[in-house]
Amino acid sequence: MTDSFSSSARDAAKYVGAPAGVPNTAWEIAHAVKSGTVTATQVIEGYLQRIGALDGDIHAFNVVTAQEARAAAAHVDAEIAAGRDPGPLAGVPIALKDNLCTRGIPTTCSSKILDQWRPPYDATVVQRLAAAGAIAVGKTNLDEFAMGSSTENSAFGVTFNPHDISRVSGGSSGGSAAAVAAGFAPVSLGSDTGGSIRQPAALCGVVGVKPTYGTVSRYGLVAFASSLDQIGPFATDVRDAALVLEVISGHDHYDSTSIPQAPLDLQSVLDNGVEGLRIGRVTDLPGGADPDVVARLEMAFDALQAAGATIVDVELPSLKYGLTAYYLIAPAEASSNLARYDGVRYGLRVPATDTNAMYSATRSAGFGDEVKRRIMLGTYALSAGYYDAYYGKALKVRRLISDDFARAYERADVILTPTSPMVAFPVGAKVNDPLSMYLCDVYTIPTNLAGHPAMSVPFGTGDDGLPVGVQVLASTLGEKPMFRVAAALERSMKSGTSQGGAQ
Amino acid sequence: MPNPSPERITAATVGKVARLARLNLSPAEVDAMTSQLAGMLEHFADIDALNLEHVEPMTQAYPSSNVFRDDVVVVGLDRDEVLSQAPSTEDGRFRVPPVVGLDA
Repeated sequence: MTDSFSSSARDAAKYVGAPAGVPNTAWEIAHAVKSGTVTATQVIEGYLQRIGALDGDIHAFNVVTAQEARAAAAHVDAEIAAGRDPGPLAGVPIALKDNLCTRGIPTTCSSKILDQWRPPYDATVVQRLAAAGAIAVGKTNLDEFAMGSSTENSAFGVTFNPHDISRVSGGSSGGSAAAVAAGFAPVSLGSDTGGSIRQPAALCGVVGVKPTYGTVSRYGLVAFASSLDQIGPFATDVRDAALVLEVISGHDHYDSTSIPQAPLDLQSVLDNGVEGLRIGRVTDLPGGADPDVVARLEMAFDALQAAGATIVDVELPSLKYGLTAYYLIAPAEASSNLARYDGVRYGLRVPATDTNAMYSATRSAGFGDEVKRRIMLGTYALSAGYYDAYYGKALKVRRLISDDFARAYERADVILTPTSPMVAFPVGAKVNDPLSMYLCDVYTIPTNLAGHPAMSVPFGTGDDGLPVGVQVLASTLGEKPMFRVAAALERSMKSGTSQGGAQ
Repeated sequence: MPNPSPERITAATVGKVARLARLNLSPAEVDAMTSQLAGMLEHFADIDALNLEHVEPMTQAYPSSNVFRDDVVVVGLDRDEVLSQAPSTEDGRFRVPPVVGLDA
């Protein structure tokens, strides 16, 4: 037994868990609150108490909204007392990534440029959660403007991994992943532009879903790369992820890229099994995944085959160019989106003698290093003389990747890959080498480029006893087969047939 | 035979891009940014090996065009609430320093 294994075992025992005395999944909480066996107030007090006891060591939250949460819980309890149904998430605590607008509650994107900004409106997802009876407990830490893979690029400090607090929680939605792993809320929301839900979910040992582009309204999500961004849930189990996604999905007039369709129906398929489903194994997957991660992926294929699925080989020859396409397209869109932070209408202003000087002084003081790096890269990729060589070419590579997937999905219903090439790495290990940090996203990025859904499911442990996630990918609007496979993987873990790892 | 790689990015180009992006970079930041961007662009040259001549650029994840709504008046954001978040306001409007530079 190595020292690092000891520290992960010790930290996991202390920080991974959930409040005692109340149900610990969203679907059980909602059921218990509606049937009167527990009150929303009891549930919220249990979670607030755990946050107060442990978040000083984890730093999942930028702000905990205890007062508002207690008021919302009292409202849910009053609805129950009056004989009304508060909704499918009655009394369910939820943590919100701090790039989702919450009216009157600070929304910072973990950036100095938005420190203490209080939005004048709620994001659509925030409205839908409240209407379903959910209770927001706070805003979670992220890499500044969601740019990063470790939640180390936050202006307000690092979020540590509950499984080993010397390690990163992943990113950019590290706070939302750590909050669920640590039992500060049974569910949370993140955003995923190139893996920012799935990678931290894998590193923190929880479920994380990036839905089909256009499934969840982006109204009120602070924009990073608008053609790639999607909001999605974190949860401790597949059913909770399905439940939250059902509540937040569906068409919204306030997002012109929202697909005109009804909310998803996912819980009904979770018990359907995987018999007859074709699971794609990528024969030319870009290398670089650690052996412990690959070993768990192989066990996942075995588990699905044992459950009646068929494993088929697929080729995705352009996948290896995804990283380049993404790191030209996403910064290009970001450089345009982040032009709005100019010190005029909200956030930080550094005074100067004229507007141009004020813009530059404000942006230079307000943005962190990684955000500046991406703005520079994106501005360069879009500038006259370089547009065709970089941005234009990247858009064509995006098409190649999308075409590759289309061919693969003629043979397979879903595809299985690692989520992250490695388990959670030590804090500080990659901060001085941006490119090595970018490589964390190699298996998650292609999904965003194609606009497809994908989710990470915890599937045992790898080196040092740390969690490993398996990624389930599907074609546009393929959430149903994706969730069936995720549920089957979860069942095989719970039944003990796929236990083990590097113990 | 791969295409010749584009010229290596220079500190002068980085300075020009920083001005376009409205960022003031210190000389040390320009140096660091120049070498970091050069390293990334070198890595990103992997796509130069691809023949992309007949490939249609992909700009949307889920194709749609001209999404309209009915032209009806709806309630917008509350003016006072919006202005309460502004760094400087006057007479119900955002206040800014002079647009024409005094230092030119």
